Amino acid sequence: MEFFEGGTGETFLHKKVSLGSDFYSGEDGKIETLEQRDRGIEPQWAVSVSPHIRMGKTTSGIMWTVSASLIPVMLLSIYNFGLRGLIITLISVISCVVVEAICQKAMGRPIAVADGSAVLTGILMAFVIPPGVPYWLPAVGAVAAIFINKELMGGLGFNVWNPALVGRAFLMAAFPVAMTAAWVPSVDWSKSALNVYLAPGALDAVSTATPLYILKHYGLGALTEKFGGLTTIYRDFFVGLRPGCIGETSSGLILLGGLFLMVRGIITWHIPVSTIGTVALLTWIFGGESWFTGQPLVAVLSGGLMLGAFYMCTDYVTSPTMKSGQIVFGMGVGLLTVLIRLKGGYPEGVAYAILLMNCLTPALDEWFQPKRFAPPKQAPVAAVK
Amino acid sequence: MAGSTFPKGGVHPEEHKELTEHLAIEEMPAPAEVVLPLSMHFGAPAKPVVKKKQEVQEGEVIATVEKALGATIHSSVTGVVKAIEPRPHPTMVRCEAVVIETNPEAPPRKYEPEDWRKLTGEQLLARVKDAGIVGLGGAGFPTHVKLSPPPTAKVDTLVLNGAECEPYLTTDHRIMLEQPEKVVEGVQILLKVLGIKRGIIGIELNKPDAINAMNKAAQKSSGSDGATVQVQGMVVKYPQGSEKQLIYSLTQRSVPGGGLPFDVGVIVQNISTALAIYEAATLNKPLYEKIATFSGRAIKRQANLKVKVGTLLSDVVAYLGGTTDDLLKIVSGGPMMGFAVSNIDVPVVKTTSGVLFLNKDETDTDTFGPCIHCGWCLEACPMGLLPKEVAIYVEAGKGHLTEKFGVFECFECGCCAYVCPAKRPLVQFARLAKIAIKKHG
Repeated sequence: MEFFEGGTGETFLHKKVSLGSDFYSGEDGKIETLEQRDRGIEPQWAVSVSPHIRMGKTTSGIMWTVSASLIPVMLLSIYNFGLRGLIITLISVISCVVVEAICQKAMGRPIAVADGSAVLTGILMAFVIPPGVPYWLPAVGAVAAIFINKELMGGLGFNVWNPALVGRAFLMAAFPVAMTAAWVPSVDWSKSALNVYLAPGALDAVSTATPLYILKHYGLGALTEKFGGLTTIYRDFFVGLRPGCIGETSSGLILLGGLFLMVRGIITWHIPVSTIGTVALLTWIFGGESWFTGQPLVAVLSGGLMLGAFYMCTDYVTSPTMKSGQIVFGMGVGLLTVLIRLKGGYPEGVAYAILLMNCLTPALDEWFQPKRFAPPKQAPVAAVK
Repeated sequence: MAGSTFPKGGVHPEEHKELTEHLAIEEMPAPAEVVLPLSMHFGAPAKPVVKKKQEVQEGEVIATVEKALGATIHSSVTGVVKAIEPRPHPTMVRCEAVVIETNPEAPPRKYEPEDWRKLTGEQLLARVKDAGIVGLGGAGFPTHVKLSPPPTAKVDTLVLNGAECEPYLTTDHRIMLEQPEKVVEGVQILLKVLGIKRGIIGIELNKPDAINAMNKAAQKSSGSDGATVQVQGMVVKYPQGSEKQLIYSLTQRSVPGGGLPFDVGVIVQNISTALAIYEAATLNKPLYEKIATFSGRAIKRQANLKVKVGTLLSDVVAYLGGTTDDLLKIVSGGPMMGFAVSNIDVPVVKTTSGVLFLNKDETDTDTFGPCIHCGWCLEACPMGLLPKEVAIYVEAGKGHLTEKFGVFECFECGCCAYVCPAKRPLVQFARLAKIAIKKHG
């Protein structure tokens, strides 16, 4: 199309100008007139299309706000797993940014790492991998998340799947041992065991099972035995001082971050509530020995459900835009999660549930469209043709 | 008073009305010369009936539209025709214009008031036509055409648009505050022309003083001629003043896509238009003066000014003491739907509701990024359209396939682009889509 030269189409829009002082006659601040323009002084005002005012929010503002809302989770993971969690996260963030910059450079796109989307992907990807993985692993995940899933699909806004989860899924498929045997128990700071977690050889010694693994393979009895009663389980899972992925352990802090994002108007309740509600309901019905004996609260607080529901499902790019579609999307994620957890091969299913529902997002956008203010009396011309 | 509103979409931009809402309308003296573009209305440009060097009086006809849709243009000053040539225009690039050099000695023309109630509906309509009145809200549709709906339309309600939902603009507000009786009388004239009994004046709740003044004036006049004029408060939300949204807000009737207000029995007029109609009917005064807001933080003095149509912005700026050094953008109209002007030598025309001088804190000239599918534009669109989809299609060169998204129902209010976090020019994409569809057949 002749209006657009480059991918970002900046050609027609903004004539950003500098206001040269020679254009004004100084003290009286009077504007030059046509005659003066004819003498060779061109008009110097910015000319762009309406509207001329904008709401304050920006893409990068959203990305950085979401990243900032994860700081409490990050701090807890440092307390929980030692500096290892922070180092893995930093490696993940830096590799995502570097991979994105290299891809954009190679593809001739403007370098847009400052928009914060790669940083957020890096944080989220680190948060869904175990703290005990080798340090090079997140860098490999970044290639899958950013290069394959994002930049090859057209860059920000064009990816089908959530980049962080693609990174995780790739690592799970390629390095299953590292990804499942690298669980680290909480740091006992009184024994100052920090060195243990920084030493690369110490990983096997500290591997342990996650709560959902115990629940799936040994039942609720084994879980309560290990943690000491349902109330203790709820408390530990809510506070987050337990083994698990770097950023998944504390449901409480994730909930706090999610509520912060809702207050800031970045996410709405639709996806988190429908996702979590579906998991709770289906676990209660089908999760126990017989019907209606499941433990919905354990299912909701454990695994990556809270992080998935508040931070992965709500990714603008890969979730439906209409509220109605979002509710269906959330219910789908919930259904698939319970299905994988109860009948699938993994103890935890949120990541795959979200990735599967991401495939349905374009269809949900097609099916759930806004209601017209007042539709035309006749069908549009194109439909008649 | 509980406010009514439209069912979906809309945004709440910062109002910035505090800059000018307390300023009484002041009259700017006639400038040394006026530039009267021959296209100040919707429809064909008018044809000049004066020659170069000819003397013209204030209020004299200088251009007419005989056959096609259009409106008569009158001289706004007494003086001599200096030239008839293309000149810069606020919304078009250039337009043929009659340039008149003002005779500073000439006394202002006097008008004798007369009782409009003695005139018939047809006579009043003829006066509206002769006065060259167009819709003063911005589109400039010839008012006499709008007041002659086809006989099949069963019009029963006149809606007067006092929403003034665009930020910065305060002219309608000041008119309602300072001359409520004239506006209400204008409504009664309109009711007589249309032969109907019901008039509703919709005013946003952020102008309680105007609601109060208009209410008083409406009550005083109520009962005469059996017509009722009623004031209705509306929720403050942009675009409350859009025709379809306004009609729904005040009458709960939905104008179908591709339809016109008279399809649901309504005719909409603007506050300034009602005042112009009052002046045309009672004084036989043509429309050649325009009340407009000159605002924004980059002009030394903000004002609600009554200026001669054809006054150049450079003269207005000089009258208001100049601009500040951080002027970044000049917008003719409101910030949501107005046009940025690149040249200060454009005239104030009949449809100019305001001119804004914006500095870098008030306007936005950032470049845009890719769509992140946040869906905010879908929620903001008052028509329930899909701005982001239209934009993606246009960017992919498939603009001609966007008719299914209802692009022709888009009236370019700008809500979608206002909320877009990626700063995408969604209104411009919609315009390009319309062009692409028309080009494609």
